[in-house]
Amino acid sequence: MSQVKMTVNGKEMSGDVEGRTLLSQFLRDTLGLTGTHVGCDTSQCGACVVHVDGQAVKSCAMLAMEADGAEVATIEGQAAPDGTLNTIQQAFQDHHGLQCGFCTPGMVMSTAALLKENPKPSEAEIRDYLEGNLCRCTGYHNIVKAILAASGQDVSALAAE
Amino acid sequence: MPKDHGIGASPKRREDVRFLSGTGNYTDDINANGQAYVHFLRSDVAHARIKSINTDAAAAMPGVVRIFTGADFEGVGGIPCGWCVTDRHGEPMQEPAHPVLAQGKVRYVGDQIAAVVADTAEQARDAAEAIEVDLEELPAVVDMKAALAEGATKVHDDLSSNLCYDWGFVEENKDAVEQAMQDAAHVTTLELRNNRLVANPMEPRVAIGDFNRATGDSTLYTTSQNPHVIRLLMGAFVLGIPEHKLRVVAPDVGGGFGTKIFHYAEEAFCTFAAKAINRAVKWTSSRSEAFISDAHGRDHVTKIELALDADNNFTAVRTDTHANMGAYLSTFAPSVPTWLHGTLMAGNYKTPLIYVNVKAVFTNTVPVDAYRGAGRPEATYQLERVIDKAARELGVDPIALRRQNFITEFPYATPVAVEYDTGDYHGTMDALEKMVDLSGFEARRRESEARGKLRGFGVNCYIEACGIAPSNLVGQLGARAGLYESATVRVNATGGLVVMTGSHSHGQGHETSFPQVIAEMIGIDESMVEIEHGDTDKAPMGMGTYGSRSIAVGGSAMVRATEKIIAKAKKIAAHLMEAADADIELKDGTFSVAGTDKSVAWGDVTLAAYVPHNYPLEDIEPGLEETAFYDPANFTYPSGAYACEVEVDPDTGKVSIERFAAADDFGNIINPMIVDGQVHGGIGQGIGQALLENAVYDENGQLLSASYMDYAMPRADDVPFYAVDHSSQTPCTHNPLGVKGCGEAGAIGSPPAVVNAVVDALQSGGHDVTHIDMPVSPSRVWSAMQS
Repeated sequence: MSQVKMTVNGKEMSGDVEGRTLLSQFLRDTLGLTGTHVGCDTSQCGACVVHVDGQAVKSCAMLAMEADGAEVATIEGQAAPDGTLNTIQQAFQDHHGLQCGFCTPGMVMSTAALLKENPKPSEAEIRDYLEGNLCRCTGYHNIVKAILAASGQDVSALAAE
Repeated sequence: MPKDHGIGASPKRREDVRFLSGTGNYTDDINANGQAYVHFLRSDVAHARIKSINTDAAAAMPGVVRIFTGADFEGVGGIPCGWCVTDRHGEPMQEPAHPVLAQGKVRYVGDQIAAVVADTAEQARDAAEAIEVDLEELPAVVDMKAALAEGATKVHDDLSSNLCYDWGFVEENKDAVEQAMQDAAHVTTLELRNNRLVANPMEPRVAIGDFNRATGDSTLYTTSQNPHVIRLLMGAFVLGIPEHKLRVVAPDVGGGFGTKIFHYAEEAFCTFAAKAINRAVKWTSSRSEAFISDAHGRDHVTKIELALDADNNFTAVRTDTHANMGAYLSTFAPSVPTWLHGTLMAGNYKTPLIYVNVKAVFTNTVPVDAYRGAGRPEATYQLERVIDKAARELGVDPIALRRQNFITEFPYATPVAVEYDTGDYHGTMDALEKMVDLSGFEARRRESEARGKLRGFGVNCYIEACGIAPSNLVGQLGARAGLYESATVRVNATGGLVVMTGSHSHGQGHETSFPQVIAEMIGIDESMVEIEHGDTDKAPMGMGTYGSRSIAVGGSAMVRATEKIIAKAKKIAAHLMEAADADIELKDGTFSVAGTDKSVAWGDVTLAAYVPHNYPLEDIEPGLEETAFYDPANFTYPSGAYACEVEVDPDTGKVSIERFAAADDFGNIINPMIVDGQVHGGIGQGIGQALLENAVYDENGQLLSASYMDYAMPRADDVPFYAVDHSSQTPCTHNPLGVKGCGEAGAIGSPPAVVNAVVDALQSGGHDVTHIDMPVSPSRVWSAMQS
């Protein structure tokens, strides 16, 4: 066992890990940050996306030791300290961009990374970017719509609220 | 002006805040004090006799608490099947034993051989690798028709064959249907496969068993769509624990789609083991494990014949299906190809004669059971594909052929034993035609062709039977459970309400939509109503969520309980205002005496119920809490018309969905936003089935598509925005809300439209292709174009 330290959502955190401990396991099991979900074991589903030093990563595909000393952001740190949802989270609620909620943390974290590099993505750019985030509930319709809305684009012409 | 509250409004979902901020409470987020972890050693061969299992080395590994094998479950009940189908000859189906851990033989890749319980999940997994299992491999039975051949290897040695049942429906129509086929002016025949799917809710299954030695109580936390059903099945049939000593909790559940209905061996194991070792036991499925242990869906091989007279009226339908059961009977497996499939073969059409034959077959594959739609997608797909093929053969417009044969008079008794209460099939087709801009299609086709692409348009209708189900009817059909729902409505002294419902929400948004109903009935704000579900210690009883039954059955139970609340509250109000009960009116949360200006507020009455200083104690008890059980009088029959427009790249065979439109009739609608979302999700899964998804076994029974690397889940760039419409509304006549249910429609209605469109595209390019099996993958489309 080795000790790792990292800054998670602005707070210093540390814990003992095995060499094989994944970042997703460390966040969930050691730190109790269960908002990060694990939906597969082949790094396909994207439910576990977090940000490490500003980059979106699948936390099931990174060892906790690799994140030693890093700045990590998870879904738990996205809302304001008083609980007010951020623009992306609010857009997902406004446009019914989630149903069971399991893929949602990864969707929100991937969206944040997308909008950082491309503040006004087209529908096609959004669909392409979400290639690594699976959702089984929404058929993606309202997720794409929510992301368009979160980036300040008019979605009123799109069918079906 | 859309409503801003109550029935018909689309308030934002209250459950979203926790899901969006990472504070949901899914089963894997729960950890019991001092819990141990289990890892299941699963068979990596499809069929073998277990000669020996040596756990000595594994038991000595660090952290191992105990290793269980099938021998530990001698004398313990097996996993029960909840539905017994009677065959064509009046005999019950063949029903094999289904032990919690394999006994004697393993029968599919994924079958549990042993279970290692250890201090950590990693230690359990490491130790499982040290178990020595000596297997004598047997030939695997994978193909259904080969499984029924004379001399085929038997999956279950103690059964007479691999045939579970040979079901005929309606058996008395068999000869008349044969005669109609002979007399027909035209018969269209189609052979097809409804591809095997894996449901793949994004949350893998999890089970945590706990045991309290001080009280003797067992608790199971599980990813279930119906915790009460699990309590009943596991308690009564597997472990022998009475309901009052067993609590089953299904907290936030990350999607179900049918595959979380069933009682699984892992649930029974964790509950059993927790008591055996006096310590909580947790199991979290990996995705790889889910592919080989979650019940699969569909997997039918079908031949359908449609007979038409000289005027193109449908005169008969005959269909012959082989349905894969897998290696064991999952909870509701036998009902899917029979009562959820054969009864829907009339579709939206007045075909007078129908005969359905289904042979259910055991194979060395994962058990197959209900997946979103369950039997109804299989019925819709074959019927709507054969109608499309008939239209091509006869050179008539596929929409006109459908319209000509629509049922237009309701109620309508079909020749397959169900009675549709309401519907307006021309209405949904009209709504669809408004959405799809058919007149512009030729221009779009030319534009595609100018880019070297083929463009196709496909349409289909669907009918489904949901709001499952009348208990007396399903009892006659072999169900071993009632299919009512219950609700308790508790009104607190200060006027707020808590509804404890047996319906479970795992994405459907009940916490938002159910309060809309009560808010409408009482005239109060939705924020005064809270929904509790997913815990057998709270709701009195529950049959859970599947078959698009939550609002139609669970919602009706809630309405009935609320009606009792209102009736009692009116008595209290009458007493407070010194008026007669019959004169009391309730509107906007205020009770008034008809024809006077006397009134008392909702909160005055609820307070009086709990502080009964001025109260009719001689007539009624204090308190305000009521329970109702609701058993539906009939199924509900949502229907609709769907259209798909595709573009096919002739160089690669790749199909892209350019447009998709859905017009549904769900009767009355509580929350249009949620209904739209349900349809979107169903369409996404239907497109997945039609274009991408396929669970493929090789001849040795190895599942080749057993991870997201191999099983093509639909991604955001595989699908377009969908146009949906539910303006056509013919309310259900037999439930108090006039609702029909919307959960499965999208998955039922969408696959035929996609395949019909692909065939249309290929024919427009001069290819004589009349059918391609799903998924219509690039290789299949390209190959079809070369032949």
